[in-house]
Amino acid sequence: MDIIVCVKKVPDTREAELIITKDGKDIEKGELVCDINEWDRYAVEEAIRLKEELGGSVTAVAVTPDEDEDLLRKCLAMGADRAIMVKDESFRGSDAHVIATALHHIIKDLPFDLVFTGVQAEDDGYAQVGGILAGFLKVPHATLVTQIEVLERKVQVHRELEEALMEVVELDMPAVCTIQTGINEPRYVSIMGIRKAAKKEMKTLNTSDLGLTEEELGDSASKVKIKGLSLPPSGKGAEILKGSTGEIATKVASILKSKGVLA
Amino acid sequence: MREILVLAEHRKGVLRDITWEMLSLGKELAEKMEAQLTTVLPGYEVKSLADELSTQADLVLLVEDERLQNFSSMAYQQVLSTLITTRKPIITLIGHTACGIDLAPGLAAALGMPLATDCLSLTLTEKELTAVRQIYGGKVNAEVACSCEKGCIATIRAGVVSPWGEETRKGKVEVIQSPSLEGISRQRFIEYVEAAIGGVDITQADIIVAIGRGIQDKENIPLAEELAKALGGTLACSRPIVDKKWLPKAHQVGTSGKTVRPKAYIALGISGAFQHIVGMKDSGVIIAVNKDPRAPIFEVADYGIVCDLFDFMPVLKEKAKELLQRR
Ligand SMILES: Cc1cc2nc3c(=O)[nH]c(=O)nc-3n(C[C@H](O)[C@H](O)[C@H](O)COP(=O)(O)OP(=O)(O)OC[C@H]3O[C@@H](n4cnc5c(N)ncnc54)[C@H](O)[C@@H]3O)c2cc1C
Ligand SMILES: Nc1ncnc2c1ncn2[C@@H]1O[C@H](COP(=O)(O)O)[C@@H](O)[C@H]1O
Repeated sequence: MDIIVCVKKVPDTREAELIITKDGKDIEKGELVCDINEWDRYAVEEAIRLKEELGGSVTAVAVTPDEDEDLLRKCLAMGADRAIMVKDESFRGSDAHVIATALHHIIKDLPFDLVFTGVQAEDDGYAQVGGILAGFLKVPHATLVTQIEVLERKVQVHRELEEALMEVVELDMPAVCTIQTGINEPRYVSIMGIRKAAKKEMKTLNTSDLGLTEEELGDSASKVKIKGLSLPPSGKGAEILKGSTGEIATKVASILKSKGVLA
Repeated sequence: MREILVLAEHRKGVLRDITWEMLSLGKELAEKMEAQLTTVLPGYEVKSLADELSTQADLVLLVEDERLQNFSSMAYQQVLSTLITTRKPIITLIGHTACGIDLAPGLAAALGMPLATDCLSLTLTEKELTAVRQIYGGKVNAEVACSCEKGCIATIRAGVVSPWGEETRKGKVEVIQSPSLEGISRQRFIEYVEAAIGGVDITQADIIVAIGRGIQDKENIPLAEELAKALGGTLACSRPIVDKKWLPKAHQVGTSGKTVRPKAYIALGISGAFQHIVGMKDSGVIIAVNKDPRAPIFEVADYGIVCDLFDFMPVLKEKAKELLQRR
């Protein structure tokens, strides 16, 4: 069972005050802590579990404008066998189509039974790369996967639909799955684990190694372009309660009372 | 004639809400572009759905085939790519749902067309589609653009466009032959299964105390539980809490959980991703506690409290106890 898992590093923006860059097309990332995309953590774990059960290999791949070696080292520490990073400045501002094109160039010459991506990236939230990649590779795919069972030359997966409904779908291998959170419990990696994995194979390529041309890369190649970012006006919706915690709690209690829930 | 194409989404014999939302959006675009509003309905024995759709579209293209009985991204992709190639609509609208997420990217790849996903609103000109979408978990709005001269595809977020409701069109229903559907046997629908959700029924609660990743650790959950109890409410949560197995699935609010409408919803350490909002936005009063003043939850909340939830929870709990004792 040879599995390729696509991973992306994303900034943790949850508690941060975000500032839009001067050109208006991105946010300032200098101060932000970056880590593996939430969905990809589950995808890597799932790949490793299948390998541990069935044998084979796991290859982690990333396409990036930045130095993301630590991302791939983390995947190796989790149990991936090798990693491939394609680094090129021109990937900055790329849309899903360009990223999937680059991933396709890496993957098409590798042997694989399954390719995993996350359902979506926390930052851009496109939920596109896995599906486009399956299209380029001309293999069947399933998105929003919450369970995988490997059978003879095929996989049976559960896809999450809305509410509590799921559908069971069978795919002939090779196939692409986009992995949903909660499918497993990703293992923890320690600094020691990362150090131990330092000996594992890690390849860094550039775009010419992949035979990608200028026209296939970067902002000019992107079919969907970012025109500008803006921060939604703050406090548009809610009335912000001010005062000491005690005063606020009193206010909340009276709001609840007025709604007839705290009699 | 120029055309706006909308994919009708249905499941188990029922048209899904997103279909009416997209038709409403499609109608607006069609009027502005002086285009025809066409909806495509792939399925099997769905004539009655086609008739329903004809009240809100100029033309319903009914593609009936036994192999289209259940959604299949491969089969749907062939149906749509054939139609799009021959009819050349300016834009094709698809829901950003479990169906659309499975279908749209592969379709765009096959057609070599630009695809804007999870759009909140669209503006169309002769040359260009401009869409507003959210990035960074809803903290930033992005305006994106692509050419529509050779057609384009957009997936639309559920619940952001209001459906028209009343009959606005008297469309024609045209039955068309499905394409050969070659190679679709590599992907096989087996069955639907319902996740086993036992335990509490959060939809019956008058007051819900919901926790998100801000609760930080499983060990802290009893604190929220005690608060819920003191308020006479029920404990619920966002998805990551269920993903981590800290609470059973029955407690999850959102698209892949439950939709709740309590009299009061208190969100503690929940950022307000749209998949969560969808499940609680119709609550009577929404009170959100979050450290981040820019958290998107404050856009749907009626009252916001910008502070550490660990400072707030015990104080509110004491207050509630005090009030109940006084009675
Ligand atoms: C197909 C699909 C379906 C999904 N379905 C659902 C669903 O049904 N329900 C759902 O909830 N999500 C769902 N999600 C996930 C959703 O996109 C978000 O990832 C999730 O809702 C985030 O949960 P959260 O707000 O708890 O966590 P986060 O986004 O991590 O937010 C945590 C918040 O807590 C705040 N915080 C941290 N510490 C404190 C503190 N001490 N005091 C106060 N505030 C603090 C932070 O500022 C932050 O705003 C789905 C996603 C997909 C792709
Ligand atoms: N630059 C990248 N390198 C490798 N994988 C990526 C990259 N961008 C996205 N992906 C994969 O595609 C998934 C969906 O991303 P997106 O379509 O951008 O929401 C992610 O969870 C990753 O698995």
